[in-house]
Amino acid sequence: MTLRVKDLKVYYQTLRGDVHALDGVTFDLADGEIMGLAGESGCGKSTLGKSLIRLDSRMRHVGGSIELDGKDLPIADDDAMVPFRYHEISLIPQYAMSALNPTRKIGRMINELLRARGLRPADIAEELERRLELVGLDTDVLNRFPIELSGGMKQRVVMVMSTLLNPSLLIADEATSALDVSTQRSVAESMVEFRDRGYVKSMVFVTHDISLVYQMADTIMVMYAGRIAEKASTSTIINNPQHPYTQMLISALPEVGSTAEETRLEGIPGTPPGLLHPPTGCRFKDRCPMAFSKCNEQPPLLEIEPGHWAACWKTG
Amino acid sequence: MWRYIGRKLAVYLLTFVVAVTINWMIPRFMPGDPVRSMLSRASISDPEALERMNSYYNEVFGLDTPLWQQYLSFWAGLFRGDLGISIMLYPEPVIDIILRSVPYTLAVLLPAIILSWIVGNRFGAFAARSKILDNTILPVGYVLTATPYMWLALLFAWAMGVVLGWFPVSGGYSYSLRPAFSGEFVWDLVMHWFLPFLSMFVVALGGWAIGMRNMIIYELEADYSNYLQALGAPRKLIRRYAFRNAMLPQITGLAVQLGTIIAGALLTEIVFNYPGLGSLILDSLTNRDFFLLQGIFLFVVVGVLIANFIIDIVYVLVDPRTRVQMTGGAA
Repeated sequence: MTLRVKDLKVYYQTLRGDVHALDGVTFDLADGEIMGLAGESGCGKSTLGKSLIRLDSRMRHVGGSIELDGKDLPIADDDAMVPFRYHEISLIPQYAMSALNPTRKIGRMINELLRARGLRPADIAEELERRLELVGLDTDVLNRFPIELSGGMKQRVVMVMSTLLNPSLLIADEATSALDVSTQRSVAESMVEFRDRGYVKSMVFVTHDISLVYQMADTIMVMYAGRIAEKASTSTIINNPQHPYTQMLISALPEVGSTAEETRLEGIPGTPPGLLHPPTGCRFKDRCPMAFSKCNEQPPLLEIEPGHWAACWKTG
Repeated sequence: MWRYIGRKLAVYLLTFVVAVTINWMIPRFMPGDPVRSMLSRASISDPEALERMNSYYNEVFGLDTPLWQQYLSFWAGLFRGDLGISIMLYPEPVIDIILRSVPYTLAVLLPAIILSWIVGNRFGAFAARSKILDNTILPVGYVLTATPYMWLALLFAWAMGVVLGWFPVSGGYSYSLRPAFSGEFVWDLVMHWFLPFLSMFVVALGGWAIGMRNMIIYELEADYSNYLQALGAPRKLIRRYAFRNAMLPQITGLAVQLGTIIAGALLTEIVFNYPGLGSLILDSLTNRDFFLLQGIFLFVVVGVLIANFIIDIVYVLVDPRTRVQMTGGAA
């Protein structure tokens, strides 16, 4: 088991109180698993992605643990996390377009980073060039400044750079959101290829684009208002979702071949609850058509069939 | 690259022509007749003699020709390095008087600009690291930038010159000394130089420190800083990147500020009666010596243009983005 997250709670500190962005998140990630992490804006998916590598100054670790390859991650201790970063856990950020220092040539920046992490750039140079070619980039990009590259090229440079040390876990936070559809596809395919070649052991792919995740992920985890709604294999989530939220989310996606005249796509009425003072019980109950009195108690996340977890009184 | 420099040069040339033209116009369309005032100082009563002297001086200064001819001969003289003859110190050529003052102005200006920029940037970057420093240095910096040059100069002259008596408050060197390359004279020069320099330096310092502090904080929040932090890069590397990138707007700031700083230097010189261009401007104004005034302005304009041009080139050298844009970039 690569990654084991247990009852993780991470709050944002604000002047008006704590925002419960992650409120008891528990899941496992197997070796070689690519997990799509989906949900609406503000459901905590990016917070979860960040919590696995680096809490920013407003984020506070309140409880729960993260275990990677049998070792506990000291996520609350910024300095103690440093040895894990890049070597064990790496990140393709949401802002990959601007993740490179604009005034350094890309090759030089990578070398400086490697040296700062106690590695000899010369040892890795060959591997770096091979991987750049693998994602379809000319090794000449190392002599270029970021401004000379297109968005898709920068994205791929960041991908190669982030995975250069073969991390156990790669977090891709909306890594393809800023790209056009065809580039999205090729980046997603390269990510799968990186996993297949063993450059990364497992991957958490944070996205709001379920159709993209469907093409590349082994499993999908759906979050709602700081909690996990459902986690299952990709085909189960798409074809046979159990949690009412997942069902409504999937039915809101257009299907190939269908036209708007036949069926009008339904959104999910209502808005997610504020997380400053989250409601008790199931957080989806106000928008859920199947809600009943039991929903005032918090439903536990249960394994309803092997590898299929859901948190709903109706499914358990 | 060369095309860029060529284009810049053309713009600077145009600016130069416009500046010279305005420079030529201002004293000529200013009220007051310099020849008349010169003659009234001589207090000649004979109207015939007065008339003859009037036409003599008008001929010497070239004021008897039509305006367009005066303008053309002004340009012709410019290329010969001939800026005319001073009225105030008649018959000394304007260029000689200016060249005598320029070293004093440069001696105050160049170290003040360069040192305050370097020290201010270092200081600001340093302040951005700690809350305590930030909370103390920032208010001081704001007070300093808001301080007018000559006001601080007056304060220094009063405190360190008059009250403490550490430094002389007037002149470029003691009147008891003759210019010579001796230890005593050089020391005297330095003592006279120090206060004008210090007041220039201190006022400029605050602005740079504030600018740099803000830029560093901005850069440390930038995406590339966050990315490097997530990859566990040490603070040292991230700070180095941030400092370098924060420098770029500061270089632009230097180009923009240059004019203000020079104006400040001229005022400071007047306060300390320092024999640079600033004091010379005041003297030539009170004496309606518009040839001299014109010459000084010309020097200042050329100086600012040259400095701006240098900064333009430096910017291209340090920021790859401008360089890439110029070469067209290879996508």
